[in-house]
Amino acid sequence: MSKQKQLQVSAIENGTVIDHIPAASLFDVISILGLDHISNLITFGTNLDSHKFDKKAIIKVADKFFERDEINKISLVAPHAKLNIIRDYEVVEKRDVTIPDEVIGIVKCFNPKCVTNNESIITRFKVEDKIDLALKCHYCEKNTTRDELQMM
Amino acid sequence: MKNRSLVSISDYSKKEILHILELAAGFESNPNQPLMRGKVVASLFFEPSTRTRLSFDTAINRLGARVVGFTDASSSSTTKGETLKDTIKMVSNYADLIVMRHPLEGSARYASEQSKVPIINAGDGANQHPTQTMLDLYSIQKTQGTLENLDIFMVGDLKYGRTVHSLLMALSLFNPTFYFVAPKEMSIPREYKTFLKNMGIRYFEQNEMGNLEKADILYMTRVQKERFSDPMEYERVKNTYVLKNAMLADTKDNLKVLHPLPRVNEIHPDVDANPKAYYFEQAENGVYTRMAIMSAIMGVK
Repeated sequence: MSKQKQLQVSAIENGTVIDHIPAASLFDVISILGLDHISNLITFGTNLDSHKFDKKAIIKVADKFFERDEINKISLVAPHAKLNIIRDYEVVEKRDVTIPDEVIGIVKCFNPKCVTNNESIITRFKVEDKIDLALKCHYCEKNTTRDELQMM
Repeated sequence: MKNRSLVSISDYSKKEILHILELAAGFESNPNQPLMRGKVVASLFFEPSTRTRLSFDTAINRLGARVVGFTDASSSSTTKGETLKDTIKMVSNYADLIVMRHPLEGSARYASEQSKVPIINAGDGANQHPTQTMLDLYSIQKTQGTLENLDIFMVGDLKYGRTVHSLLMALSLFNPTFYFVAPKEMSIPREYKTFLKNMGIRYFEQNEMGNLEKADILYMTRVQKERFSDPMEYERVKNTYVLKNAMLADTKDNLKVLHPLPRVNEIHPDVDANPKAYYFEQAENGVYTRMAIMSAIMGVK
């Protein structure tokens, strides 16, 4: 990974850098992680050139270290995201995201007749297929696939 | 099973299913057993369903319990905008057991999470209808003497038919061979084929009524016009999946024809007099299986 690209947005002393986010998913990632509701210093860049995607986005959150369960939530929209844990300007750890076995409260069930789309209910899915992505609704038992994926 | 809701047929293990069927046989030989005297059952029908509701009401009465409830949502507080959650919270303070039919899919699972008392799902939209599955299983076991190793033909709308999907999943515990007879537009969804493959269960797909000489059970369903995007296509296929008496000529002696009812034209009336026609008895079995399910959940049997 080239350090130069990370420096397109300013470096942080301590915190987490989330790299290789598809540009189109940037705001989903921000909302899934609740970054729009915290007071930490956050910088992000988007539509950066990428080898993996057409355009990628990167987010740097100062003084924030994510729990594994928390960060895995973004795997649905940014399956190739890479985390760099920064301490004293140095990358001390790199992490991948993995798709969890259960997805709670992030994704909307695609089925308009599902009870979760008609009353205020926290959605719950079992991940039945991690490669093609199939989320089985705990309530209506229908599968939501990647094409139908919509965030709450 | 005691105090546990029945939302989906997969909530019950093979052993539990067989236990319910055994209880049902006991109720068939002696239908008036007031084991639930003094209990109150709430029957909440948010959408009308004559057959299922009357079958449950009969079962409740034969068990000696009392029924409260409503027969469609227009006579409930839902019209005032009450949420399902609030209705269930309130009713579960009144009754010992709730039987619920609701048009939204997943409503029964959600209700079971909100209720203090067990919920029996009497149909949640196109999702699950486990007491129908149980009566289908009872009918199959009663007429075949077993549920194991049977050749099961499923005919008609295999794409949207919830009874077909639930029955398929339940029967998969008993090593069946399936023959799916459906037009391409209504063929069995891929997720069920994957399920069968994973379970190691044999199945065949065919577009026309044939091979009926192999069948132990012929499970007919309705092909619904509104499922077709092309009306010409409906006109073309609607008569392909009609069972006529002559077609039963070379079939096995033990063959029984089942149908969840109501039927439209998919079983010709000339089949009704054939001893292999079993759909009316099948409906009657619903009372005994529902008695069995309720008494198992209430822990009185």
